[in-house]
Amino acid sequence: MKKLLQSCLLLLMPLGVFASAGIELESADIDLTDKASLENGAHLYVQYCLGCHSSKYIRYLNLSDDFDIDQQEILDKVAPEGAGIYDKMLTAMNRHDATKWFGTPPPDLSLIARSRGADWLYSYLRGFYADPKKPLGVNNAVFPDVGMPNPLWKLQGTQQPIYETVDGQEVITELERDENGSMSADEFDKSVNDIVNFLVYAGEPAQLERQSMGKYVLLFIFMFGVIAYLLKKEYWKDIH
Amino acid sequence: MKSKYVENCGSWFLERFPMAKLWNEHMAQYYAPKNFNFWYFFGSLALLVLVNQFVTGILLTMNYKPDASLAFDSVEYIMREVPWGWLVRYMHSTGASAFFIVVYLHMFRGLIYGSYKQPRELIWIFGMLIFLALMAEAFMGYLLPWGQMSYWGAQVIISLFSAIPIIGDDLSLWVRGDYVISDATLNRFFAFHVIAIPLILIMLVFLHIIALHEVGSNNPDGVEIKESKDPWGHPVDGIPFHPYYTVKDIVGVAVFLFFFSTVLFYMPEMGGYFLEHANFIPADPLATPEHIAPVWYFTPFYAILRAIPDKFAGVIAMGGAIVVLFLLPWLDRSPVKSIRYRGGIYKKAILLFVISFLGLGYLGMQAPTAGATMMARVFTAIYFGFFLLMPIYTRWEKTKPVPKQVTEQPTLEDRIPGFLKSVDKMTKDVPVQEHGRTVMHKRPNPTGIANVGVSIAKKIKGSLD
Repeated sequence: MKKLLQSCLLLLMPLGVFASAGIELESADIDLTDKASLENGAHLYVQYCLGCHSSKYIRYLNLSDDFDIDQQEILDKVAPEGAGIYDKMLTAMNRHDATKWFGTPPPDLSLIARSRGADWLYSYLRGFYADPKKPLGVNNAVFPDVGMPNPLWKLQGTQQPIYETVDGQEVITELERDENGSMSADEFDKSVNDIVNFLVYAGEPAQLERQSMGKYVLLFIFMFGVIAYLLKKEYWKDIH
Repeated sequence: MKSKYVENCGSWFLERFPMAKLWNEHMAQYYAPKNFNFWYFFGSLALLVLVNQFVTGILLTMNYKPDASLAFDSVEYIMREVPWGWLVRYMHSTGASAFFIVVYLHMFRGLIYGSYKQPRELIWIFGMLIFLALMAEAFMGYLLPWGQMSYWGAQVIISLFSAIPIIGDDLSLWVRGDYVISDATLNRFFAFHVIAIPLILIMLVFLHIIALHEVGSNNPDGVEIKESKDPWGHPVDGIPFHPYYTVKDIVGVAVFLFFFSTVLFYMPEMGGYFLEHANFIPADPLATPEHIAPVWYFTPFYAILRAIPDKFAGVIAMGGAIVVLFLLPWLDRSPVKSIRYRGGIYKKAILLFVISFLGLGYLGMQAPTAGATMMARVFTAIYFGFFLLMPIYTRWEKTKPVPKQVTEQPTLEDRIPGFLKSVDKMTKDVPVQEHGRTVMHKRPNPTGIANVGVSIAKKIKGSLD
């Protein structure tokens, strides 16, 4: 069984394959000024993702600094037990084992929002459905034949696909919940959105800074331009 | 006392170095035509971007590691841990695209005003060499972040060398230093990107400017200003570069920086055109991305490569697309320089050329389908037709008489009232009930839009004759 699992996963894992499916991407509501959402996203990430996926370019200290949260609170509420404030968000999963189990180690997710995009991640995390043909019993509507189980199944429950025939091919157009998890559909969507929000932040922490700085830079350049234009006009008034 | 000391030091220096002579020859007494328009900003802007690339590049090398196992992480280190590292990196990555934008516009200026024609052939040749060096610089620089697109883009382009008969395989092996793109390739590309090519670039820019200042600048009328001089021996239509064009170019710099900073602070990836999404995945020699596309500035040439069914012939065509540009001064047989006095055939030809160049650029980004390849072939034929048929269609075109001196044309500022008027025509005031009051709101006016559209179309048609 383990061998079967392993060989299946080996085939299914290639990263960088942008598979398309019948289901359309839902748009995520990204708001990097919503510190509560970012903190909750980081918390959920540590709870449900960090087991396999590191986010190695982020330190717990960064979360404290960037979300304006007390260091002790980050350690108590977000970081896993035993982690220090200067530690990077590394996974406890051994790379060697992971390679043995999954064929390829689960990728680091620091930059996943920059390579995949927020909407893709949001739809992907909501896109798992029951598929008894798969070794793990689940498949994904956004990333068909993905080699990863649904990490959020406890929260979401399970979903069944609804097929429709388009151009003679069976295509999934919708997913329907058939077994409830611990969260309602709305609560779940909000939680997924928080995780994606956190991943967008993790992809580029500097964006908090650059977006708030941009308007002052542009204002300065605009004023500089006005002065430069008046100077040019003054110099050129004799040229005909 | 102290000021006297400084003065003495200054004259000690000036007695030994021709500072004043250089300044006068190239700035204060370099006479440039007074009728430069919008298109003449891009030379000085290219210089600005070059300086930007040098400064930010030097800062980046202080933290970048040219090592296949460290390169990707070191770029993220710059983005996250180095103070202001993200700003420096984005200035460099946005600068690379900005460089090609201003250089393409600069080259287009040369094309429409005949700036490559006698006596300025050598300026054009130096400029083309700069363009070639710039392409090499950008290509090698793109490998350094060591992302998936860096890796596979380089893999595809270097494998083109192997299409050359007999020596091809050995040549591509020699270029890579390995059988695939690897640490050895990264190291040598780093050496070329930070030392070899920048030295060549700066030398070529020097030659480009010296050659320009020897024969003098062309202008939108294509008139030689040296042919009509005032009693003091200065061109009647010329003005000293400094202060007139220095203050004017500063305005251009401000406008450019406004756009540049907008991209830099709000959309540094430019929707995946300046920084490709797949390049945020570390290079993986075992996983080929589904769709490999070069960065936007190479796509016209990449589309030409793909349009040709045979690989070697494709490589030849891609190289040929650059070589014909070098030959431009001798392909153009028209007696006039500027598009203002050219015949209708040339104007239509240049319009077709622009459409096909942009079309090729677009197709180079798309996955190759049968229809897209067909389009790319048509555009490739137009691209080469524009240059190779030039000796024929420029020799017999009916040109207009060229004035003795430069003419006065409406400037951008002069056009603003006309522009506002046509905006006015395209809208109409519509009464809207709001909170119990009647307020006039501006709404689009279909007949007005149609009228303005027709008059623009007429103007374009008229300007093509």
